[in-house]
Amino acid sequence: MKHAATSLGALIVFAVLLAAVVAPLVAPHDPFVQDLNQRLVPPEWMDGGSAVHPFGTDQLGRDYLSRLLYGARISMMIGIFTVVTSGLIGITLGVFGGYFGGKIDEVVMFIITCRLSIPLILVALTVVALIGSSLLVVILTLGLLLWERFAVVSRTTTMQVRNLDYIAAAQAAGASRRHILLREVLPNILTPLVVVATLEMALAILLEAALSFLGLGVPPPLPSWGLMIAEGKDYMFFSPWVIMIPGIALFVLVLGINLLGDGLRDLLGAARPT
Amino acid sequence: MSPVLEAGNLRVTFGTSVAAVRGVSLTMNRGETHCLVGESGCGKSVTALAIMGLLSRTAHRSADILRFHDYDLTRLSERGMARLRGDRIAMIFQEPMTSLNPAYTVGSQMAEVFQRHRRVSRATALDRAAELLQRVGITAPGLRLKQYPHQLSGGLRQRVMISMALMCEPELLIADEPTTALDVTVQAQILRLLQNLQRELGLSLLLITHDLGIVARMADRVSVMYAGEIVESAPAGALFAAPTHPYTRGLLRCIPVPRQVRRDEPLGSIPGVVPRIAPDFVGCSFRDRCAQAMPDCARHVPRQRATIDHDYLCRLPTDWTRAEAA
Repeated sequence: MKHAATSLGALIVFAVLLAAVVAPLVAPHDPFVQDLNQRLVPPEWMDGGSAVHPFGTDQLGRDYLSRLLYGARISMMIGIFTVVTSGLIGITLGVFGGYFGGKIDEVVMFIITCRLSIPLILVALTVVALIGSSLLVVILTLGLLLWERFAVVSRTTTMQVRNLDYIAAAQAAGASRRHILLREVLPNILTPLVVVATLEMALAILLEAALSFLGLGVPPPLPSWGLMIAEGKDYMFFSPWVIMIPGIALFVLVLGINLLGDGLRDLLGAARPT
Repeated sequence: MSPVLEAGNLRVTFGTSVAAVRGVSLTMNRGETHCLVGESGCGKSVTALAIMGLLSRTAHRSADILRFHDYDLTRLSERGMARLRGDRIAMIFQEPMTSLNPAYTVGSQMAEVFQRHRRVSRATALDRAAELLQRVGITAPGLRLKQYPHQLSGGLRQRVMISMALMCEPELLIADEPTTALDVTVQAQILRLLQNLQRELGLSLLLITHDLGIVARMADRVSVMYAGEIVESAPAGALFAAPTHPYTRGLLRCIPVPRQVRRDEPLGSIPGVVPRIAPDFVGCSFRDRCAQAMPDCARHVPRQRATIDHDYLCRLPTDWTRAEAA
């Protein structure tokens, strides 16, 4: 049962990733081209829908399926690059604090505590509002804010690994400090970090959607799923698909990532002999 | 011939309250096996780590002399020390189950040590690793090199650790209770292996153990440690024939000897435990557990010579044992 859920999660994530990669090839229309004669066309399966626009069109007559496919690119890019940025920051801080301990650890813990006391969405909103919204700004802002779980987890796991004999054995074999941190400690703390990465990725995607919904995420006309919901909210009463379709896409992707993360935790956890 | 390792008045303290090693002096010559014996917590492992420069940062080490060949280890930089470690001084740890990194194959860990100290290709290093695995009696070294530590048994892992320590043909091998975690048959194999390797390679072995059976079998010279001090040091034969320090005598009495010890007689033991010693402690640290203790034991204790290469740290005269026997 657990295995099935993991597979489902992996399948969803893979499908979205594939959609993001091949979007230009499979999208039936240009996602930016407006056609005011074709505004708010319902999806194919509803009354008045047509095969020309399988998922219908939005209030500016842009093909919704194409926008959804291109939107997958935004979400995956946000998810992946944010996790890379925050992972680099958090793991570096955590490993240093956990390995060296003492004063360095106190400084790291202080930085983590500071970060935890910052209200995430407020700061993200302020930063984007001040600098102006672009994909890069959103990625960097989220990346610079979402590292605390990486730091906490890598710090505690490093503390456990640091005192194991093979670290002492590596030192006794003449390994440099850099070698010990990168080659001895890091590979042995990766398992929990992979799980953290999936959680953070889902969180980043949701935060981007929230920022875009508030008008401070990726700027229009980029087809972000959050932005699609925001733009569609005025029409949702008579044309509910304009928010349902991106909403469901977002829900399914985040669910998929979380299922995958859960599954990975169980799988990798069981595979460890120690 | 100059000694391989020379330590004089080596001290290790943790903070201001604990002195783990208090003035240990020892000299190791080429090809010699020197056993460091003592009960748990007497500072054997700390001594080894102090020589390797691997103490935790909370520890403070000082020494009048700490030389390895021509290197003054007290002055050597961390980088210089790292160059010696694994290359000319190697160490084997007590726990073979946790001393290998679970994230890498045996081959990759072994090759890495060699590559770090010698500028050789991966393939050469792996060949060398296979050769050494064969040498420590591992069949199918090619297979073992590709395996991960959790796929090996304890005995195999300890052999891997030993061959890993020998990758660069070190001159000094420090083995910290290398067989304690292993079962008795494997223990015997590992010891025989160490003996053979030592004879072939001419390496000096500093063997840390609490097992006097191992000492009797392996040692050229024995130093008995108690509460951070070497209380008696002698060639193995002399120590077993004429133990002089009351602690050494107590230790030896704890070993049952077939046909000499009567079955109904309780096995010897030394009451009490090793005390925690503060840095400002004066006098004999064994006096609270010693049957021969006298008021003077609370003052400074001189190191006395029983013979030219047999010394002990006690106020009793060398021939006190005869008086006791009489």
